[in-house]
Amino acid sequence: MPIRKIVLDGTNGRDLTQIAAYREVGGYKQLERARSMEPSAVLEEIITANVRGRGGAGFPMGRKASFLAKDTGKPVYLVVNADESEPGTFKDREIMFKVPHRLLEGCLITAHAIGSQNVFIYIRGEYLREFEIIRAALDQVREAGLLGGLTMVLHRGAGAYICGEETGLLESLEGKRGQPRSKPPFPAVQGLYASPTLINNVETIATVPKIIELGGAEYAKIGVANSAGTRVFSLSGNVVKGGNYELPLGTTLRELIYDIGGGIPEGRALKAIIPGGSSVPVLTAADVDARLDFDSMAAAKTMLGSGAVIVIDERCCMVQLGLRVAQFYMHESCGKCTPCREGTRWMVQILEKIEDGRAEQSELDLLLSVCDRILGKCLCPLGDAAAMPVASYVDKFRDEFQRHVEERSCPFGESPLEHVFAPVDQHVPQEVHA
Amino acid sequence: MIDEIREIAAQYPDPKSAILPALRLAQERHGYLSPEAFEEVADGLDLTPAYCKAVASFYDMFHLHSVGRHLVEVCTNISCALVGAQQVLEAFESELGVRPGETTEDGEVTLRTIECAGGCGWGTVVAIDHRYREPVRPEDVPAIVQELRDAD
Ligand SMILES: Cc1cc2nc3c(=O)[nH]c(=O)nc-3n(C[C@H](O)[C@H](O)[C@H](O)COP(=O)(O)O)c2cc1C
Ligand code: SF4
Ligand code: FES
Repeated sequence: MPIRKIVLDGTNGRDLTQIAAYREVGGYKQLERARSMEPSAVLEEIITANVRGRGGAGFPMGRKASFLAKDTGKPVYLVVNADESEPGTFKDREIMFKVPHRLLEGCLITAHAIGSQNVFIYIRGEYLREFEIIRAALDQVREAGLLGGLTMVLHRGAGAYICGEETGLLESLEGKRGQPRSKPPFPAVQGLYASPTLINNVETIATVPKIIELGGAEYAKIGVANSAGTRVFSLSGNVVKGGNYELPLGTTLRELIYDIGGGIPEGRALKAIIPGGSSVPVLTAADVDARLDFDSMAAAKTMLGSGAVIVIDERCCMVQLGLRVAQFYMHESCGKCTPCREGTRWMVQILEKIEDGRAEQSELDLLLSVCDRILGKCLCPLGDAAAMPVASYVDKFRDEFQRHVEERSCPFGESPLEHVFAPVDQHVPQEVHA
Repeated sequence: MIDEIREIAAQYPDPKSAILPALRLAQERHGYLSPEAFEEVADGLDLTPAYCKAVASFYDMFHLHSVGRHLVEVCTNISCALVGAQQVLEAFESELGVRPGETTEDGEVTLRTIECAGGCGWGTVVAIDHRYREPVRPEDVPAIVQELRDAD
């Protein structure tokens, strides 16, 4: 069965970064069509398509847009989340450098649907080339007169994972430290500058032109129940052909890792799979036939998240992995609420002791108890994003944690991957002494 | 520079929103966010230098201390780590003679580790002066360092 592309359609061996090339594959036709329709009719197509957010939480885009507060006398803002920084995820970047115009067309159609005249694209600061490509594409759109009266601002972040969380992003965009807000009020009611705001991920927005082209009902037939459409899966880790692959939702992990990704290098054994970015619970090799869709992942007690599939082979120590993941979240915790700020530090300290063979048996339980005290008790989902994966490593690979305690050392000491995980205290350059 | 900052600020409904681009501009001009850099940003946006510093310190890309003329950033998050980021980092350490977080004695190159750069499938990702090289293997490192030394 030929695999149908939506977001990356037309990119096979073709450079679509110029507006003329994008027009050759039908670009901006759907914008024209959408603008000839009533905004409510455009929104109806998006609702019918049942496209769920591609940023992580999977909330239906059309429904979120329908929550926007009406007649407030304030402007309505559209904010595109291009902050992509969930470890393992690099799909939005590919969309931006391969089909910048599809993202921009999606922005313009969505803005029409929700009656917005102001669009912001918040792009992570590290993505310099992607910023340049989007900026060039936006210049072409402006020259072609496609903006109408609308303003579109490309706003570059400056290195903070938490600014991917939607309210952290809004704070950052308002010129503050990117610390999440408590909800409610939700952004649809009080978002950017306390005005109704729709925030969507790059991939979600880049899907919109095809939804208009195919019609919502036709789009909804791609994929499986509750998980309409395709996703651009980011495949990485111990796999032969890492990269981004756009596939229908419902594809199995086995198809992605083995048929498309070429399997594990040098015939090593599969040990674990992180199916949706570093913040989701881990799967074991036994789960390799699970399907990549929202419901199947929930049934496997994990999440589809950002669609980032990280493949882990037999050489990896799960304690080290947990430590590295915990270090990341500790580094990125914004510090606003106690369970996350303190809990992530505790997690790191206990995991260090376990890895070094200094931990007592009781500290294994303490680790789980710390995770438990974080779960569901934080202001934003970052706390959960730290606790869920680490608790799952202990749960699924308990023996390995146990051996660290009993043998008073890391059983992977001889592995070529020992010390694979560099400590994080090396991020901040020290003062240069002249 | 104050005029440039005001021009950026005009794009936004509230000028304060321009703080990240303004800080970036100031950092590019001064090499890092020096006290004078904060003064300029604050003047341009009608904020206080302390406020600007509080915001800047939240973000990893801003330097509150002087750094080398070139920046080598090695991603050490999990996908890169699984394919040998540590070995790449060690190759840079030995080639440059510094530890991560340090700058070479001649003030030319700062080496540091970073979190996921968004190139995980093509790891190890290394950013050289903000341009990604991917994938980088330990054996590629001497040529990259040579290139930096030849750059000026
Ligand atoms: C800690 C954290 C980091 C996040 N990072 C991102 C991100 O980098 N990109 C993104 O699109 N969504 C991210 N999200 C999800 C956003 O909060 C939000 O749900 C999303 O942008 C909504 O768009 P969507 O409905 O199209 O997915 C993050 C959430 C959390 C809690
Ligand atoms: S959970 Fe963590 S990142 Fe989120 S608001 Fe609380 S401290 Fe900040
Ligand atoms: S883990 Fe290195 S780029 Fe994502």
